[in-house]
Amino acid sequence: MPFKRFVEIGRVALINYGPEYGRIVVIVDVIDQTRALVDAPDMERSPINFKRLSLTDIKIDIKRVPKKKDLIKAMEAADVKNKWEKSSWGRKLIVKKRRAALNDFDRFKIMLAKIKRAGVVRQELAKLRKTAA
Amino acid sequence: MAPTKERAPRVSRNPDLIRGIGKFSKSQMYHKKGIWAIKAKNGGVFPRHDPKPKPETAAEKPPKFYPADDVKKPLRNKHKPKQTKLRASITPGTVLILLAGRFKGKRVVFLKQLPSGLLLVTGPFKINGVPLRRVNQAYVIGTSTKVDISGVNVDNLDDKYFSKEAPKKKSKGEGEFFGSDKEEKKALPQQKKDDQKTVDAALIKAIESVPDLKTYLGARFSLKAGVKPHELVF
Repeated sequence: MPFKRFVEIGRVALINYGPEYGRIVVIVDVIDQTRALVDAPDMERSPINFKRLSLTDIKIDIKRVPKKKDLIKAMEAADVKNKWEKSSWGRKLIVKKRRAALNDFDRFKIMLAKIKRAGVVRQELAKLRKTAA
Repeated sequence: MAPTKERAPRVSRNPDLIRGIGKFSKSQMYHKKGIWAIKAKNGGVFPRHDPKPKPETAAEKPPKFYPADDVKKPLRNKHKPKQTKLRASITPGTVLILLAGRFKGKRVVFLKQLPSGLLLVTGPFKINGVPLRRVNQAYVIGTSTKVDISGVNVDNLDDKYFSKEAPKKKSKGEGEFFGSDKEEKKALPQQKKDDQKTVDAALIKAIESVPDLKTYLGARFSLKAGVKPHELVF
């Protein structure tokens, strides 16, 4: 019940609305009740409404509004990219992106693979049923 | 006439200041072209060729009917339709999805664009039953899957190849009206079958080199539940 993910300097967040949808950013300053200053290695530091952020578990160690170089260094030290991509949430997003970019031919190949896998599963199940019966 | 030798392309001695306005005036150009020198050589007159004798035209008879009111003739329209612009996603060898007609849903290989603008397409016939056929670009989805089409020669195929034969004129007779309306469907000429085979032979080899591509072309495309066409990447 207690909150675990806080808005604080160094909190890594995901933008969930707007033109920067899907970007991973770091909160580098709090402007007021509603907005934070966020920064990422490949984007200009900009304000964003808290409502547009989804906080993650990851936190890095930075001072208030660090220079870009220091931000990048801190992100590498905390290994944000790998932590994110290994996390369950991050992996789901990657799968979503890959599925959205599938070609018509790719979708066909996946269908064939799914049918094949289902066939193998069904065979094993039949074997198990036989031994159980 | 003496045979004309190859001439260098004519260059203007009057450079453009702006389109429509030359640098030199009429009298300056007269001097530059040397008309004065040519005239001097020819006794003060610019040399002229006599006009060629025109062939005798038959004397025209006055028309026997003049319409009461002068009716304006519409202007002649010499515009020829341009070949339809081909979508950037459609290049020779692209797999297309046909959206309408007898073969709707079939995935088909694009060969080339014909002069009329229609797309020349083949199944290949052995794989999905679509023969060499013309198809309108508007009724087609271009996928990003490409087949290697380098071994295929389609130069002999154009719009005339696909035109319907003009129906033979039947002599008027009452028997014709009460008999069968049309003759039985004409059998496909052997030449078309051979063309299909030659085009498909090289294609099928290229298709079989890619795993699953043959079954892909043999399957029809359809929308399933939950699939949003505007979100699909083809």
